[in-house]
Amino acid sequence: MTDAVQSAHDTTAVVAKRSKLRKLAENKTLWRGITAIVLFVLFWEICSQSKEWFGIQVPFIGKIPPPSAVLDSWVEVLQRPGYWQSWYLSFMRVFLGFIIAMIVGIPFGMALAVNRYFRDIFFPPFEVLRPIPPLAWVPASIIFWPTTELSIAFVTFLGAFFTIVINVLGGARTIDVQYLRAAQSMGASQWDLFRRIILPGTLPSIFTGAAVGMGITWEVVVAAEMISGGGQQSGGGLGFFLWSSYMGGSMAQVIVGMISIGIAGYVSSSLIRYIGQLFMPWRRIF
Amino acid sequence: MAVKEKNAAQKISSTTAKGRGAVSIRNVTKIYDPEGVNVMAVDNCSLEIAAGEVCMIVGPSGCGKTTLLNVIAGFHSLTSGEIYLDDELLCGPDKPLAEQGADRMVVFQNGALFPWKSLLDNVAYGPMVQGILSKSDALDKARDMLDEAGLLDVADKFPGEVSSGMARRAEIVRALINDPKVLLLDEPYRAMDALTKSIMHEALLEMYDRTKVTIFFITHDLEEAIFLGDRAVVMTTRPAEVKKIVSVKIPRPRDYKLLSSEQFRLLVEEAKEAVHEEAIKAFEAGERELA
Repeated sequence: MTDAVQSAHDTTAVVAKRSKLRKLAENKTLWRGITAIVLFVLFWEICSQSKEWFGIQVPFIGKIPPPSAVLDSWVEVLQRPGYWQSWYLSFMRVFLGFIIAMIVGIPFGMALAVNRYFRDIFFPPFEVLRPIPPLAWVPASIIFWPTTELSIAFVTFLGAFFTIVINVLGGARTIDVQYLRAAQSMGASQWDLFRRIILPGTLPSIFTGAAVGMGITWEVVVAAEMISGGGQQSGGGLGFFLWSSYMGGSMAQVIVGMISIGIAGYVSSSLIRYIGQLFMPWRRIF
Repeated sequence: MAVKEKNAAQKISSTTAKGRGAVSIRNVTKIYDPEGVNVMAVDNCSLEIAAGEVCMIVGPSGCGKTTLLNVIAGFHSLTSGEIYLDDELLCGPDKPLAEQGADRMVVFQNGALFPWKSLLDNVAYGPMVQGILSKSDALDKARDMLDEAGLLDVADKFPGEVSSGMARRAEIVRALINDPKVLLLDEPYRAMDALTKSIMHEALLEMYDRTKVTIFFITHDLEEAIFLGDRAVVMTTRPAEVKKIVSVKIPRPRDYKLLSSEQFRLLVEEAKEAVHEEAIKAFEAGERELA
């Protein structure tokens, strides 16, 4: 009897110790995910190795190199400083445009939200400009700015700016009126109301806008780099890397470029999420 | 005649103003006018609430109870009539919108603790922004008050991390730290199950026995009204005016055993008849609105 209890106790202790690893190992969602990716890569490998099945060319995948060739190309590319330079350049452009968009967009959106006159004057032109896709600004941007670098930064900025402003405005305008009433009843001044209620109440929308804006920023940067090409004064970047690989006829390298941009975008949005959690500890519980 | 009435009203409020927080509602009418469609929410409503009284306002949903509360709190203006707090004019013909102030604290229907502040910071907010206390003093006082309410263990949690019952209790503490003359509660326990509700009731009564703050409590739960209140004021359906006042002469402190007493049951019956009539009217009016 006592032995049984004792052994049961031991078992629970061991289980508790292993439980974390075990939980991960027994996580069916995780295994399904891994299996799916492995199967996908296998499928891709098979399809692009044997170009034809029963005399018919495999659509899409048959035209691109297999994952093994992509991996080879990647290993080779990793040793080139130019590849890392591309990462650096794209990240710099994304963050330059993005940060300026945050610095200008958050106060602008807030001003639209809290001041009626400001909104009446600035919202209509804002709404006229907002639907213009950032890439449609490229020619104008080239005329506006002396260097290609600044033109890219400007188009990138526009990509994030409109999204951030519209989210900040929406977030600040939809704060529950009860919070404002409660704060005012407790004697909050206008400044308190802004700093302690409207600002934290808008933070979730600010970060939603930032996350969406970051995605658009990457799209814009890659497209702008493809358009601007090597250029005399500037160039490079992951978009340029991808485009020049295509021009050079290396499809494996094109895929390396595509996956690199995917990773870069993922890293950027993870960063936004992480910063969001730092700023909004109360949202961690959801 | 009108003057005589006014004098009488004045007399009542001055004789009862031993403590603080006497509310005098005199012939208050509120008409909403959204784009020319007049909706009368409150019609010529008069009510004297004594200092330190627990006044329960009972009526069917949408009858204009909340409008009355919003006028007292200074969220809405009134159309005619006057409201006094301790013989001081809150709002009247020349000043239709009362100033919002910490002498009238509202506890909202859906809860309005700031989700981005811990319970402690929520409670300390009032004295801090008013500059009455320094930040550290405000936090100390908030901690003491949360302790008294049995919420010290969860003081550092965010509202989203605690149960709705705890959040609501913390919200009442947040109101009380401002030392209000009147506590305005708008169906604070509406969405709670009966068990949680009874715990909340006892907690509120315990707080009331300690502070003796005037309470203006809106509900449509009759048992809640009789259990908590000194008086249950039954309102008519929109436009709201006083239909019946049920005095609850049950001594305090009260506890849940009261719920099964004959006296309690009779009082609930008495109020139920009046409320039921109004509920039917409200229901029929609603049908007409839909038709």
